[in-house]
Amino acid sequence: MKLREIVELLDGVLLTDAEHLDREITCAFGSDLISDILMCTKEATLLLTGLTNPQVIRLSDMIDLLGIIFVRGKKPADDLIEMANARDLPLITTKFTLYKSAGILYNSGLRSCKI
Amino acid sequence: MAVYCNISEDAQQKYEHFTKEKPDPEMSIEYKVGHKDFVNSGKASSEIKLMLKRLGVNPEILRKVAVASYEAEINVTAHSLGGDIICDIYLDCVHIKFIDNGPGIKNLEKALEPGWSTADDLVREMGFGAGLGLPNIKKNADVMHIESAENQSTILQIIIFY
Repeated sequence: MKLREIVELLDGVLLTDAEHLDREITCAFGSDLISDILMCTKEATLLLTGLTNPQVIRLSDMIDLLGIIFVRGKKPADDLIEMANARDLPLITTKFTLYKSAGILYNSGLRSCKI
Repeated sequence: MAVYCNISEDAQQKYEHFTKEKPDPEMSIEYKVGHKDFVNSGKASSEIKLMLKRLGVNPEILRKVAVASYEAEINVTAHSLGGDIICDIYLDCVHIKFIDNGPGIKNLEKALEPGWSTADDLVREMGFGAGLGLPNIKKNADVMHIESAENQSTILQIIIFY
């Protein structure tokens, strides 16, 4: 599924470079615990989270993230968006909760990442 | 002084060989880690990963090194007064030492239990403090060695073979 479709499904806003909308997203994972995210992601994945501190972007240096969806209307600070653009990492914000966002994407055929 | 050491089954022979031969590292790099510096924490681990990637280490090993090293670096940031990271790169493995400036681990046995944490609210708000740091390091490192005592430095060492 293209990131463009995900933005539409979640009524979200892309915060990074517009070209990110054409990114292909194969699977997703959702958590607000960094150790869980590190432990559970065995393949490149989209991440749904409510965390908006610099360590979330830093995570993408350790594991392969296809993009990050910030849920519950969270929006990261501008320097984090810069950090993400420098890493070519798409960021999206949605007003939906983690549960609702995950439900919508799962029902639309986006599978869970291998854990 | 409490000491804990875990060597994965697959790495036993390689580790024995490594300790017997005591080779010189091909490269050695040092990093500083600041107390509660959550803006810069993780940079060292990300640089170590990048360096090994350039040396042609395979992606699965890179992920293990990055996750173990990052968890350890965050531990120094979150739980200690700051410290140093020394990364020695060998032909067949990477040896990373995390030496902090205290205040040490009161109960090492407890600290190794999944889910047990002494993290404060700031650390938890940032998504850490789930009590999975040391278990995650143990899971990803071939060798994990930790020594600590109350009011002393904690020294954590990990070795991962390529």
